[in-house]
Amino acid sequence: MVTPSPLPSAFTGWFTSRGWSARPHQLALLEEARAGRSTLLVAPTGAGKTLAGFLPSLVELSQRQAVPEAKREGLHTLYISPLKALAVDIARNLEAPIREMGLAVTVETRTGDTSAAKRTRQLRAPPDILLTTPEQLALLVSHRDAAPFFASLRRIVLDELHALVTSKRGDLLSLDLARLRSLAPQVSAVGLSATVREPADLQRFLGGSDTPAGLVTVKGGAAARIGILQTPTRLPMAGHTTGHAMGAIYEAIKAHKLTLVFVNTRMQAEFAFQALWTINDDNLPIALHHGSLDATQRRKVEAAMADGRLKAVVCTATLDLGIDWGDVDLVVNLGAPKGASRLMQRIGRSNHRMDEPSQALLVPSNRFELLECRAALDAVAEAAQDTADARIGALDVLAQHVLGVACSDGFDSDALYREVCTASPYAGLERADFDAVVHFVATGGYALKSYERFAKLRQDKAGHWRATNARIIQQYRMNVGTIVESTMLKVRLGRARAGKPGQPSQVTRGGRLLGEVEEYFAETLTPGDTFIFAGEVLRFEGITGNEAVCSRAAPGTDPKIPSYAGGKFPLSTFLAARVRAMLADPGEWDSLPEEVSSWLHAQRLKSRLPKPGELLVETFPRGGRFYLVAYPFEGRLAHQTLGMLLTRRLERARMRPLGFVCNDYGMACWGLGDMSAAIARGALSLDELFSQDMLGDDLEEWLAESALMKRTFRQCAVIAGLIERRFPGQEKNGRQVTMSTDLVYDVLRRHEPEHVLLKAARADAATGLLDIKRLGQMLTRISGRIVHQPLDHVSPLGVSVMLEIGREAVYGEAADEILAEAEAMLIEEAMA
Amino acid sequence: MNAAMAGDGAATEAAFLLGRLVVVPDRSGALWLPEERTLVVADLHLEKGSSYARRGVFLPPYDSAATLASLAAAVTRHAPARIIALGDSFHDRDAGERFGGAERATLAALQAGRDWIWVTGNHDPQIGGGLGGEVVASLSLAGVTLRHEPDAAEAGFEIAGHLHPAAKLRLRGRALRRRCFALSARRCVLPAMGAYAGGLNLRDEAFRPLLGTGFSAHLLGDARLFRIDPRLLLPD
Repeated sequence: MVTPSPLPSAFTGWFTSRGWSARPHQLALLEEARAGRSTLLVAPTGAGKTLAGFLPSLVELSQRQAVPEAKREGLHTLYISPLKALAVDIARNLEAPIREMGLAVTVETRTGDTSAAKRTRQLRAPPDILLTTPEQLALLVSHRDAAPFFASLRRIVLDELHALVTSKRGDLLSLDLARLRSLAPQVSAVGLSATVREPADLQRFLGGSDTPAGLVTVKGGAAARIGILQTPTRLPMAGHTTGHAMGAIYEAIKAHKLTLVFVNTRMQAEFAFQALWTINDDNLPIALHHGSLDATQRRKVEAAMADGRLKAVVCTATLDLGIDWGDVDLVVNLGAPKGASRLMQRIGRSNHRMDEPSQALLVPSNRFELLECRAALDAVAEAAQDTADARIGALDVLAQHVLGVACSDGFDSDALYREVCTASPYAGLERADFDAVVHFVATGGYALKSYERFAKLRQDKAGHWRATNARIIQQYRMNVGTIVESTMLKVRLGRARAGKPGQPSQVTRGGRLLGEVEEYFAETLTPGDTFIFAGEVLRFEGITGNEAVCSRAAPGTDPKIPSYAGGKFPLSTFLAARVRAMLADPGEWDSLPEEVSSWLHAQRLKSRLPKPGELLVETFPRGGRFYLVAYPFEGRLAHQTLGMLLTRRLERARMRPLGFVCNDYGMACWGLGDMSAAIARGALSLDELFSQDMLGDDLEEWLAESALMKRTFRQCAVIAGLIERRFPGQEKNGRQVTMSTDLVYDVLRRHEPEHVLLKAARADAATGLLDIKRLGQMLTRISGRIVHQPLDHVSPLGVSVMLEIGREAVYGEAADEILAEAEAMLIEEAMA
Repeated sequence: MNAAMAGDGAATEAAFLLGRLVVVPDRSGALWLPEERTLVVADLHLEKGSSYARRGVFLPPYDSAATLASLAAAVTRHAPARIIALGDSFHDRDAGERFGGAERATLAALQAGRDWIWVTGNHDPQIGGGLGGEVVASLSLAGVTLRHEPDAAEAGFEIAGHLHPAAKLRLRGRALRRRCFALSARRCVLPAMGAYAGGLNLRDEAFRPLLGTGFSAHLLGDARLFRIDPRLLLPD
């Protein structure tokens, strides 16, 4: 019995000619597309996801070709990828099958690099398949001819959807998808995704909140071979450099064809690169790749990888996503993986064929991280996922979208509200918030209605909102997008000329551009400080304009290791729970390296280990000060917020706190008051100290001054269009923006604390830099379950927290104390 | 050097001599001249918010109210007989027209019972009618010239604004940037008082011909002023 193939003969012929046959999920997607249904395809790397995504379009376009009188109908398929480079890569990969099957299908990319002439032509005469990014899509959707341009659209392909949905970019994309569903009601979408915890979230994102897409799942191929790197050197108590393991990593690189060494931060990348080259006696071609490097340098590394000219690349998340740069046969993950799903996606970078196992090595940098790696291995073994919760759509992104829609054909409030609610992140959007956003865009949305005459949007007689004039449209187009870079300074290699005695040395400019660093990092440097960048030890000379000018440090100079090497991804809740369970179960310790199990045994002997639901708090004296160490395992961001709030409370309890430090696992604070004694005599209650009302007034008070909150507000202000990144005809540099948003924040908070933009900033703070949401969940979890252990000295676990670098002084945000101290420095000198 | 008592008695604020004129920097950014019973304020930049709004940048429309509120606090502390607004009091020429009713009333209340002098600045070469006060390009008090833009060629003593001095320092890994007074033997440059007025770093070239090396920086803290050794100050 022969089932007729659902594929046209050209396609079956092409598959056969390559010795392939269409895979079941590829045919399933074809079937779904024919029925006009949107579908989420969840498949591991190497399953032919891309081809599956495009196959329905290619088949439909080839059949159109079979009808000779069919004229060019306009855009047929839109492909959206999170990375420009990925769009370009896919365009290349589509060329081959199209050419080999002799299809008359046109494919083009549209990115920030596309010439103005080509963009204009693409609007007039679009290709059949257009490959682009979310930002470019937003621009297209806000174009005045968006309606006719998208009228013919039949198919949307969203690549790496799991990566797109986790940020404000995803919010913006969801709104543009909702727009496309209105402009082209016949359209269906396919989302390509790695395995996720809640596919239903992605299905709603793809199809719309009320009409979720279907699901096709491809089971994983060969199980990955993952191990924890064994090193002859003992695992350190603390630190993040994995310096102890470099020799073993080097041996692993030697034994493989191409190794990707993943790290969590640029600083770790720089350190690892430096350390590997120090022992690179064989002169292996080892390269460095991270987002702060100059783009041309990155392109060179990518090209060398693709050509097979490299042996290893040390890289950050910039290489997380699915571009095939080369024949990677080993993935090394330095530091803790922080999340099981992220780890699996990284591991998928090796051996891009489903039937061959991926090879990976985890390299913990300290003892806590070893526990975390172990937890991640278990999670991978049972294919447990810990991808993030679905987002609640941000109001600042909505504001940008509302302006965009007003710039195209305008909108009717009721209709746009209904449309926005079909975007899954905005399914629960209150009408009042929507209206507040519209008024924000139109006139600033202030209680004091003084900007009516300058309105950006106006309603016509029929109640239809439109952008007031062409300049507003131009401003919108220059500021689209949700990625607000932290203010970056270019790093330039200059030369220092010794100045006159007593004068600062002069730095000449005009040297080579090495890349960029965050302004807040540069701010921590004093001229003369050394740091690693672009694989070299640099000496910081000063900031000129928007450039950090540096010179090469003398050979053999020890770099100053930056303070935030801990990694920017917080430990996932899921791995945290596993680590807590592991700590509570001595039966598991035997399988750990000797130094780690003896560390835990010592902890049990000298202090105690918390049961899974408990919070362990230790107090002890040390060096004339009194310490309190807590182990919530909720990630560095939540611990930092906890530290800020806890020290405020200790201040009120007269414990005279001086500072705190935290990592992903715990938080230690110290002061002049004896906390053990105060707890013993009932003067200090841990239950009250850790009670949930911490998130009330204390939080509000602290947020008012918090630099992190100001940074969060700045991002919202830029995305929402309150502050412009760029004015027509004038580039506004980021340093000026930083200044003014702080002033704006202060004024707004005092005069209109309920303004929609402050609401947006608070929502961001809950999940972003301050992770208040997770702190709140922790406080609920441990309520009534705090176990206190007074000690004579620091416990083994405590040492690993306290050795963390990056200590915060207790007055953290209160500026007057710092000023007073600076003033005193003058007085001391005067008295001397 | 003598010390003048601050109005609320909570803090004694330092007094300095500029020639024979006693000057007391106030934590609001105003300069109090106790012997003249005169309060000098610089760069109020009233209606900067609405100036941006004309271009579609809707900064919160509360900056004029906030600026006048900090001025009012200084007025309450010192009860001056005369107020001198040292130029750039309004952000642009049309700002007077956009100046709201409530802010107008606040300004009138501040002017009531005392002399008010508008010194013109580059942002406000003219001061619109109906805003009270006397308009001058510069004036002289006890041998000290008060003008908007400091003049490096000034051979005598000078009080000026215009540059929006701000100072940056770093301590314990934290960088702070605050508005400040810059005070040398011959000159005092006032910080900008406007809520949305930015600041120019004291280490900027623009200050060098004006201050030389022997000057002190008085940074505006939340509760008081802080006198910081210039050697601690960093460029941006």
